[in-house]
Amino acid sequence: MTAELTRLTAAELAKKIHSREVSAVEVAQAHLDRIAAVDGEVHAFLHVATGAALASAGMVDESLAAGTAPASPLAGVPLALKDVFTTLDMPTTAGSKILEGWRPPYDATVSSRLRAAGITILGKTNMDEFAMGSSTEYSAYGTTRNPWDTTRVPGGSGGGSAAALAAFEAPLAIGTDTGGSIRQPAAFTGTVGVKPTYGGVSRFGLIACASSLDQGGPCARTVLDAALLHEVIAGHDPLDSTSIDERVPAVVEAARLGASGDLSGLRIGVVREMGGEGYQSGVRASFEEALRQLEKLGAEAVEVSCPHFEYGLAAYYLILPSEVSSNLARFDAMRYGLRVDKGASAEEVMAATREAGFGPEVKRRIMLGTYALSSGYYDAYYGQAQKVRTLIARDFAAAFAQADVLVSPTTPTTAFPIGDKVDDPLAMYLNDLATIPTNLAGTAALSVPSGLADGLPVGLQVMAPALGEAVMYRVGAAYEAARNAEDGGPLIHRAPSLHTQVGDAA
Amino acid sequence: MSELASESSTRRAATLVDFDEVVERFDPMLGLEVHVELNTNTKMFCGCPTAFGAEPNTQVCPTCLGLPGSLPVVNRTAVESAMRIGLALNCDIAPWGRFARKNYFYPDMPKNFQTSQYDEPIAVNGHLDVLLDDGTTVRVEIERAHMEEDTGKSLHVGGATGRIHGAEYSLLDYNRAGVPLIEIVTKMIPGTRERAPEVARAYVTALRDLLRALGVSDVRMDQGSMRCDVNLSLSPRDSGILGTRTETKNVNSLRSVERAVRYEMTRQAGVLLAGEPIVQETRHFEEAGGTTRPGRRKETAEDYRYFPEPDLVPIAPPAEWVEELRGTLPELPWERRRRLQADWSLTDEELRDLVNAGALDLIEATVAAGAPAGEARSWWVAYLTQQANARGVELPGLPITPEQVARVIELVASGSLNNKLARQVVDGVLADEGSPDDVVAARGLAVVSDEGALVTAVDEALAAQPDIAEKIRGGKVQAAGAIVGAVMKATKGQADAKRVRELVLERCT
Amino acid sequence: MSADPATSGSSTGITRDEVAHLARLSRLAVTDAELDLFAGQLEVILSAVSRVGEVAADDIPPTSHAVPLQNVFRPDELRPGLTQEQALACAPAAEGGRFRVPQILGEEA
Repeated sequence: MTAELTRLTAAELAKKIHSREVSAVEVAQAHLDRIAAVDGEVHAFLHVATGAALASAGMVDESLAAGTAPASPLAGVPLALKDVFTTLDMPTTAGSKILEGWRPPYDATVSSRLRAAGITILGKTNMDEFAMGSSTEYSAYGTTRNPWDTTRVPGGSGGGSAAALAAFEAPLAIGTDTGGSIRQPAAFTGTVGVKPTYGGVSRFGLIACASSLDQGGPCARTVLDAALLHEVIAGHDPLDSTSIDERVPAVVEAARLGASGDLSGLRIGVVREMGGEGYQSGVRASFEEALRQLEKLGAEAVEVSCPHFEYGLAAYYLILPSEVSSNLARFDAMRYGLRVDKGASAEEVMAATREAGFGPEVKRRIMLGTYALSSGYYDAYYGQAQKVRTLIARDFAAAFAQADVLVSPTTPTTAFPIGDKVDDPLAMYLNDLATIPTNLAGTAALSVPSGLADGLPVGLQVMAPALGEAVMYRVGAAYEAARNAEDGGPLIHRAPSLHTQVGDAA
Repeated sequence: MSELASESSTRRAATLVDFDEVVERFDPMLGLEVHVELNTNTKMFCGCPTAFGAEPNTQVCPTCLGLPGSLPVVNRTAVESAMRIGLALNCDIAPWGRFARKNYFYPDMPKNFQTSQYDEPIAVNGHLDVLLDDGTTVRVEIERAHMEEDTGKSLHVGGATGRIHGAEYSLLDYNRAGVPLIEIVTKMIPGTRERAPEVARAYVTALRDLLRALGVSDVRMDQGSMRCDVNLSLSPRDSGILGTRTETKNVNSLRSVERAVRYEMTRQAGVLLAGEPIVQETRHFEEAGGTTRPGRRKETAEDYRYFPEPDLVPIAPPAEWVEELRGTLPELPWERRRRLQADWSLTDEELRDLVNAGALDLIEATVAAGAPAGEARSWWVAYLTQQANARGVELPGLPITPEQVARVIELVASGSLNNKLARQVVDGVLADEGSPDDVVAARGLAVVSDEGALVTAVDEALAAQPDIAEKIRGGKVQAAGAIVGAVMKATKGQADAKRVRELVLERCT
Repeated sequence: MSADPATSGSSTGITRDEVAHLARLSRLAVTDAELDLFAGQLEVILSAVSRVGEVAADDIPPTSHAVPLQNVFRPDELRPGLTQEQALACAPAAEGGRFRVPQILGEEA
């Protein structure tokens, strides 16, 4: 019974909980048991909040027993929260030694919206340090393993959240996407990940990587679940100046509409510059197959050109480190976090602490950003990158004039072996080739599983204009339904079973 | 540390040059940067209070402590104050601008960057007309006014003097971190010559009065809500060659502004006349000796790596908003001076004296409390000025309010007091005996206004001096003075002399 | 790895000394071994990212914000903040209600 609970979707779980067929506590306990059984192998979680999760679920049950309507369509459903959002009742590390043991005195807006919705937060998930990385190998607390093949990475930076979904440790998760950190792990783990329009989800309490690119978003095993979670966390927040003060797109309705399977009248743009050179052949094949499926659903495929996308990676790796170098300056051993008492002056203690507290990738990017912003280099690097950003946004605008959504493979490759790229920063950066343009332009995109290549999941990326999430969810849900029908069930159920630890319920 | 000490001592050894000689040989080039803390309820980017003097770290939140994940949101009132300051300084309001991050590490700055409009200021290209002691006016061009945030405060422990050098450790209080600051920067003020120190002081004074009139800041230099940095260089007289400038910080009173300029002029002249170059540096004003000393020299030039603040969106004030704010500008100090000069029929000199004495506000407030302008002015410039001088305080420092002065004037007008008694009432107020009415009651100073008692006293005086009474009856009205004097003596000065005279004449007809 | 420094933009030639300078500016007490490692890696990364210079963009305005919002303000109203105890709870050291830090070698404020 409890093992079955962990295989259900969030929508299914919510239905059972709200009809009081099962209790939220049972559901939470089933997932906590699963975590206890498999997380030793997967290492998706940095912190499991057993007591808080059960207490929160208990309150949902009490409220339902009293006849009160559920606080949200997801009340009582468990969730894994990326350890980059502040939480009052759990430590928050952003995957860094420099924040080891830090207990934030405040909740992120996303955290408080999850609580208000009655969602059970199971714990905090692993990530590359300060969300910089594409494999979770840059976490200060060990690598998360891909449930499909535990010798491989789950992607990053939100590898913990994606792996928790793929390992059936949670039906829902929250990630953040700065250059692909939600979509690339979703692709690598056969799950669904959504990067909302910049400003769609509050960044208040999201420990910044690159402020102008970061965006929190929903992760799930189905498009509908992602949509349900999207509507919980999205919406205007007066505490975030970049938060959009407009109605949240009706993504749940769109996902339900999409699942009915008709895309006639929609134009799907295929970006000429994406998916060719540098993309693994199995990934290309999967994409071609997905395109055929979309056409079968009635969509019209049109080719569009985005000539400046090829400069996206370069612009991104200038803008991101520049913002990082400034955002991470606050970790200085004076007010919170690690302090290494080496040296007599504040200056020396700061330098010793940052040296000991940051991992190599973080240091590289801080120095790179410091360089790019230096007088004498600013115009050639940061300034020029901001202009390229304008050109990429214009490419998108032109493409969206021709097509309702754009599609591409989410990643150039499938999940790679642990250790493969950890010492080659540039090779690691290439993971983000297809996901980065969306972050630079502030638009929306999702990744939905598009089958396997050599036994490993591949993702289809669907990109939409700013606040165009509805059509994006509709296309994602239609494709997902068609794919499941053809495969005889969701891809995720084909993930190999994990070794469970002796004596556990699962 | 020892290196620093020897360095500053050798530089102190440079001889100062006599001020007159400095002016003969050099033209001072003066520039002033004034930081003003706004008196908004809350900080620039968060909802924490800005009040001065609270317990340490009790006016903080995740945003102003720079905690991970926190974000700034701009205080609308602070933007409006900045624009009103800009408008009052005759500046153009920028139609579009962004905050930038100024990146450098310092423990009193929680994010290790300062959020500042440094390169896209909200107000540019203005001017302020400054009144000098002799009544002439100098126009100071304003380069820009921009918004930024204040830092926290550090307390240095273990050093001999509480100063940073030699301290063993420091203690940080972030209550002030994030308080809205407006930095107002002048263009170089040319041609001030020997009046440079006075112009500097007069500018800061005029700016303070303007900001006070706008009601945007407490402008308390003693509490740091207004701080001044002095930029100064010397050019060989009439050469037009710009010299190397120094920036003197920590100038915390109007008097210090004047002294800092004067000292830097004499110090720089000494260095230049000794054939040495001026070091471009930040210096600190030493209140005690009226001197400046060099700050710590950095190993490498600062590179602040400014870039647009991604957490804040641009500010693009619509023209209607700007005009609406222009409409809220109160009467500005120079407009007020012109009005009062006309209303009170003052000569330029009289006006200047009132301004210099700091009496303008007091007189106007006294008038506002109901007193006629002539009497209000007369009280403040005559008796009260004497009292202030006797006590060695400025006029506004006297412990009497304009309302109290107006009450005294009212009591005289109604005949309850005469001038002599009125001065005694004022003395009582100044001696902390309470309000004018309290003093009147406690000292029993009211004019004898009991008509019956007064008539009795007049009759007694007439009876005591029948010869004089006879003269009055005979038409020698001027003889009434003697009887009036006698009555005043009998009533210990508390009678209304005018009324006594009337009674004397009545009783003799 | 498709981005080859030789074909993508000019060589930047970042020196070990420059890396040391960047580390100082960034308050990172890097080791000698790291200096060598980072100098090599930054060189490769900078060569790759300097590709942005190949785009003709003289007349293109820079984009600093992804979404075209402007004039976002909050009212000048108090919001509850932290208590002194909460503020200092995570401090590495505190004394008398203040954060205690090692001696500061800098400008006197």
